[in-house]
Amino acid sequence: MADPLVYINGSGTVSPQPAFQTEKFPFEPVSYETNPLKVIDPGYKEFIPAEMIRRMGRIIKMGVASAKLCLRDAGFQQEDGNYRSPEAIVTGTGLGCLEDTGKFLGSMITNKEEFLTPTSFIQSTHNTVAGQIALLLKCHGYNFTYVHRAFSFESALLDAMTRIKTATCTEVLTGGSDEITNPSFSIMQRMGFWKRKAIQSMELYQDHQRGTIAGEGSSFFLLANKKNDRTRAVLSGVTTFLHPESSFEVVHRGYRFLNNMKCQPNDIQLIITGINGNPQDDSVYYEFLDKGFSGTPMAGFKHLCGEYLTASAYALWIASGILSTQVVPPWLMVRGTQPEKIDNILIYNHFKNQEHAFILIRKV
Amino acid sequence: MPERVFITGIGIVCAIGNNVGEVLNSLMAERSGIGAITLFPTLHQGTLPMAEVKMSNQELASDLGFSTAKAYTRTALLGMKAAREAVRSSVITDMKAFRTGLIGATTVGGMDRSENFYASFLTDPSKGKLADVVNHDCASGTEQIAAYLNIPDFITTISTACSSSVNAIMFGSDLIRTGQLDRVIVGGHDAVTRFTLNGFNTLMILDRSGCHPFDENRAGLTLGEGAAYLVLESDETVAAAGKKVLAEVTGYGNANDAYHQTASSPDGKGAFLAMTKALSMSGLAPSEISYINVHGTGTQNNDLSEGLAIERIFGENVPPFSSTKAFTGHTLGAAGAVEAIISVLSLLHKVIFPNLNFSTPMKELKIKPVSRLMTPVKLQHVLSNSFGFGGNNSSVILSRFENTDVQ
Repeated sequence: MADPLVYINGSGTVSPQPAFQTEKFPFEPVSYETNPLKVIDPGYKEFIPAEMIRRMGRIIKMGVASAKLCLRDAGFQQEDGNYRSPEAIVTGTGLGCLEDTGKFLGSMITNKEEFLTPTSFIQSTHNTVAGQIALLLKCHGYNFTYVHRAFSFESALLDAMTRIKTATCTEVLTGGSDEITNPSFSIMQRMGFWKRKAIQSMELYQDHQRGTIAGEGSSFFLLANKKNDRTRAVLSGVTTFLHPESSFEVVHRGYRFLNNMKCQPNDIQLIITGINGNPQDDSVYYEFLDKGFSGTPMAGFKHLCGEYLTASAYALWIASGILSTQVVPPWLMVRGTQPEKIDNILIYNHFKNQEHAFILIRKV
Repeated sequence: MPERVFITGIGIVCAIGNNVGEVLNSLMAERSGIGAITLFPTLHQGTLPMAEVKMSNQELASDLGFSTAKAYTRTALLGMKAAREAVRSSVITDMKAFRTGLIGATTVGGMDRSENFYASFLTDPSKGKLADVVNHDCASGTEQIAAYLNIPDFITTISTACSSSVNAIMFGSDLIRTGQLDRVIVGGHDAVTRFTLNGFNTLMILDRSGCHPFDENRAGLTLGEGAAYLVLESDETVAAAGKKVLAEVTGYGNANDAYHQTASSPDGKGAFLAMTKALSMSGLAPSEISYINVHGTGTQNNDLSEGLAIERIFGENVPPFSSTKAFTGHTLGAAGAVEAIISVLSLLHKVIFPNLNFSTPMKELKIKPVSRLMTPVKLQHVLSNSFGFGGNNSSVILSRFENTDVQ
């Protein structure tokens, strides 16, 4: 028996860009000169009870809002305004609730372990986003959170797809969220992650300084075993691998991955890579393209959302938008010309040449 | 047709022992690992007990063959030690012979080092050694285990608070049952930190006299640390290598309480659903469960809601149950795997380890835990529960396998 297909029946995002739902794709992108890029408030009070907003860390707010935006896109909002619950919630986060972690750690150190209050400790737990979504939706189903660097979202996707392929669930809400805080930005600055000189984010790929721009965001998807009139795309598969020895190995793994999906390299009309303006990181993508996909147009997305460990969730949001509208806006393109008819998009992202991942998404 | 999943190796380090043999000895001797805090300076020294692993970072590093502990967090050192024992006990000689993965689990990752970094960083953002924070993230320990043991094909890390490592067992089993991996090393690791100690202390759920789970006068949990890893294999790799099977993973379930970020619902809905799902997957009737290794943290809230959920499922015929957290402390992200291994030891050695520190039954419950070591007992199927913040509830059923008899 063939594997059942997994459909993306809705998507929602909270990002540094002004578009939150896929029906707003393509949107008018905003260029920033600031680093880090921070998310635009989508109007949290529409999604979260007012008394909860005040206490919630930003990642929780963006997580809950993007999850509800996704459910709204998938037609889960009912006439009374409430949301129907999916059967499972599977999330990924690279660094979790940094704001609350920093808050609790800071007051613990400053107050020498006295006079502490529990709120920030409670919210520092890595599965807070998934837990809060479950709480607000009254979702008693399967609830998992993956925390493996640049595999966090990919692991969540793999798990969510496994729920559907094993028929343990028919509708799974899955997503990836990360927030940037002042301390985490400055620590990673010291580690050499970020560009020193300010640039326009829309010109990220023309800048040749070392480092990239920091970002954050949260994107969610409603995966289902059946298509409907809201279906955005088919999610074919995801694969992850660590520390490839060479660009040949990356190409080999890419070809094998496509082959497993019964797809040929020539069937890919667009590759969305995690190119981020850091020459060292970008050369990995260019070598992959030159050796394996020399004629295939390439788009980027980190000039829109910045670099963070679950940024690939934003790439999947973009890819869903492209496939459902059949529009590739020119401001996404990095190499080659915009394809006109798009059936298959390959997403390739890596972090520091350590974690590498492919996602294949296809037209319905 | 779902494939079967077998446990062929186990490895553990926790407050009652640095390996499986030592842990078994402590359990048989009814010897708790709870004691005074010695690992780091804290305001709570002398007032709060803890269940520390009785090895320093340097001792752990030497044991693993490293000249220094500098490049590792305590969390990672514990994880590597337990995972190495699991791989050795499963007699894996060629990691590449089968598609082999690693699923780790943790709640605070490398916090044991980052809390030191942060103290300097707060005084001046240019201060603090980066080496102390570079392994802060939850994945770092898992990646170091994978590198140490050359685990080639798949890697991820789960963090769902105190149910994390049961969830690693669940997802690992799913990857085998769906044919995505042949063999997967699953478990969890967490070191004690001032962050977690103070965090639980603000919730006022740390028992100053050491935890006494399921007791009417329980006053909270006792924080512990450790790591535990299990090797899971498909029936094909077991057959191919003629492996000795320690136990079989026959059922599991995860559900969300969706009641409160930290507190369990009064009726234990999430716990009820997790146990029900595990039973339904295994095809077993409640009456076929021989023993429950309960989550039993010793907090007012957990033990009551877990107890009520158990009574609801098992009715008048609740099987013998005990919490082993008065031995090991609550090892957070490692707890599920620690208790899965203790459950395997129960199956292998036909013994139910007691719920230490129990004296008075809870007035809301009809049931009380096993408070004396029971052996020999006929055990066929053991249910193990792990529940966590975010309403995360998980249950796993481990079953005896024909060749498991130990002489």
